[in-house]
Amino acid sequence: MKTTQILIAGFGGQGILFAGKFLAYKGLLEDLQVSWLPSYGPEMRGGTANCNVILSDDPVGSPIITDPDVLIVMNLPSLQKYVDSVVPGGQIYVDSTLISEKVARTDVEVYYIPATQMANDAGVPTLANMVMMGHVLKNNPELTFDGADATVQKLVPPAKAQLVELNMKALQAGRDYQ
Amino acid sequence: MAERVLMKGNEAIAEAAIRAGCRHYFGYPITPQTEVAAYMAKRMPKIGGVFLQAESEIASINMVYGAAAAGMRVMTSSSSPGISLKGEGLSYIAGSDVPAFVVNVQRGGPGLGGIQPSQSDYFQATRGGGHGDYHMIVLAPASVQEMASLTVRGFNLADRYLMTAMILADGTIGQMMEPITFEDVEVETFEKPWALTGTKMQRNHNIVNSLYLKPDELERKNFERYERYRVVEENEVLYEEYQMHDAEICVVAFGIASRVARNAVVSARKEGIRVGLIRPITLWPFPSRVLRQAAEQVRHFVCVELNMGQMIEDVRLATGCIRPVSLCNRTGGMIPSPEQVLQSIREARKGGN
Repeated sequence: MKTTQILIAGFGGQGILFAGKFLAYKGLLEDLQVSWLPSYGPEMRGGTANCNVILSDDPVGSPIITDPDVLIVMNLPSLQKYVDSVVPGGQIYVDSTLISEKVARTDVEVYYIPATQMANDAGVPTLANMVMMGHVLKNNPELTFDGADATVQKLVPPAKAQLVELNMKALQAGRDYQ
Repeated sequence: MAERVLMKGNEAIAEAAIRAGCRHYFGYPITPQTEVAAYMAKRMPKIGGVFLQAESEIASINMVYGAAAAGMRVMTSSSSPGISLKGEGLSYIAGSDVPAFVVNVQRGGPGLGGIQPSQSDYFQATRGGGHGDYHMIVLAPASVQEMASLTVRGFNLADRYLMTAMILADGTIGQMMEPITFEDVEVETFEKPWALTGTKMQRNHNIVNSLYLKPDELERKNFERYERYRVVEENEVLYEEYQMHDAEICVVAFGIASRVARNAVVSARKEGIRVGLIRPITLWPFPSRVLRQAAEQVRHFVCVELNMGQMIEDVRLATGCIRPVSLCNRTGGMIPSPEQVLQSIREARKGGN
């Protein structure tokens, strides 16, 4: 009877929606009930993008998240906008390459990952989103790293098979970050 | 068990339409339904179908009219302002008694409005949309799975009753992804002896037309059409009840609003409030009978809508105003939060004492 509400937010172009798709597909492969809701407004054209993912043992009610259990942010405006909405005891993942501000709240677990820097260092500069996802899988008890491989294979179209390996590299970097 | 796949609501409509035998799609792009057309553009050429982006919404609905008259399973899709442009064609299709399938993934209005989700075309859809005496069958999906299953059902109903079936969705259900399977509704096929398929010199001409200059003839046509509508009202009402067994407050909501309302019902139950939900799945025909019955049981109705209060009029009509009906709404592309709905439920309980 567990439901996890995950909000991912950042700039358009950072792969926010793709990261959400990754989590949704992972849930699908684990036979969970899933919903994935993107922002589709004009903000996507160069502004902020966000994505609501719900993973649950039960049918998903509203797909719209107002109080996330897990917040993943890849720019400062998103952190400032959503930080107070996270439920007490929830998790916040911050790309610390792009966000130098610290979370003041003490009732949530906060993870700072220099994901953009790590993606650059690993030679996969466009996959900071997946570095973040790797760290989420490591720390979130509902979602494990097992099956990440199968999920990526499901998500990447056959014509771009070479991207499977690069996505896995990014995920592993995020998982191994201490 | 059939394989679960993740799909956007808009894509689910397109795929289900193809599975239902639709091989003709005519449309004109508009957010937030563009994926329907994009999917059709990709798939139709590969399966011997027709995808055509017309020069306007008006052109596309008249292409639908033509293909429908020829007996084809045909569809168009648009969003609110685009559906207004299609209004004339919808009326002609109704006046000619040909089957068509139309999708409205609603956005905020009036006018050009915005592109965020809305339910403010309820009046337009349930009252026909164009001029003259007519109805469309209006189906309101609340999940991606229903986007698919109600699409197949819509094609079946359109053919059976020779009228337009419309999916009345919204930007949220159109854009979101959920796992779905495609095996839950049977595709039915119908003989169409009235269709314009060429006489081959072996039968009399078929005529598809909506012009009747003799008033008694036009009146008879309208009477006949409403006889058919009565059968639809008798046989095709769909709704879902949730937690209604002991409810003293009844929330009424369709589409995305019903998903939010359901969360609020769960929360209210935890507070000990005996509240249930009736979700109309067909908006026309409206589930009036079940609401009338609910009025005997509950003390108060709460309508949750993404508009200024449209379905609430049908709830009042259905219940004969014997119970108070309050409105919990947002509009312009905003969506009520479960907390806002919960607050309305709490107020309804106070008011009902």
